[in-house]
Amino acid sequence: MAVEVKIPTVMRASADGQASVDGNGLTVREIFSDLVNRYPGLKANLLDQEGNLHKFVNVYRDDDDIRYLEGLDTSVSEGAVVSILPAVAGG
Amino acid sequence: MSFAPLRLQSNQYQTIIDHCLDGFPCEACGLLVGSVDKHYEPTGEIDSVHPCRNADESTRTYTVDSRDLLQVTRQADENNLQIVSVWHSHTHTEAYPSETDVRQALDPSWIYVLVSLRNPQPEVRAYRIITGQITEIDVIVSPE
Repeated sequence: MAVEVKIPTVMRASADGQASVDGNGLTVREIFSDLVNRYPGLKANLLDQEGNLHKFVNVYRDDDDIRYLEGLDTSVSEGAVVSILPAVAGG
Repeated sequence: MSFAPLRLQSNQYQTIIDHCLDGFPCEACGLLVGSVDKHYEPTGEIDSVHPCRNADESTRTYTVDSRDLLQVTRQADENNLQIVSVWHSHTHTEAYPSETDVRQALDPSWIYVLVSLRNPQPEVRAYRIITGQITEIDVIVSPE
């Protein structure tokens, strides 16, 4: 099942310079697993050492932050857009 | 390496200042959308200014609300442009990146704009932050 995964500029170098890539999987976790197999450089940006979503990354399924859904277990339907958004922060 | 200056129209500049003043005493933040060259370097020309919510609602830190980041990213994509800069206010300190700003500087290709509100006249300065090294760039404000 194909979905579109939007890659932020700061991570594009790890995804062959692409702004968006096809994702495969029924959940965000499955999509990310497939994604980091194809683009290993993305792993450290997305997941911490325990395999949880990195605290400085937000992921949206269409208009919804997956942290307020079911996290990495959020289901993703055909045609959905998964957007990866690194936290923009400072002090 | 020399960097292109940040070029703002006076109304864009004023939008930034106004949002920072509106957010006081909390830090305020926002994003600038513009074009990049073939090396992904910002040209410095700014197409649009996007005041954002500070998700931290803090006087000492900011995090651009991810809902705003999503909206601005989509709009930039639709116009074949990119987010090239983030700005935020320092309410009581100078317009210079703090240690936190440097540590959390996300993208080496971005322009980091600081607005100090410590004096009656706000001060706007811009920087590149690359592998922890801070380089100030010029801010050129032109009439609309």
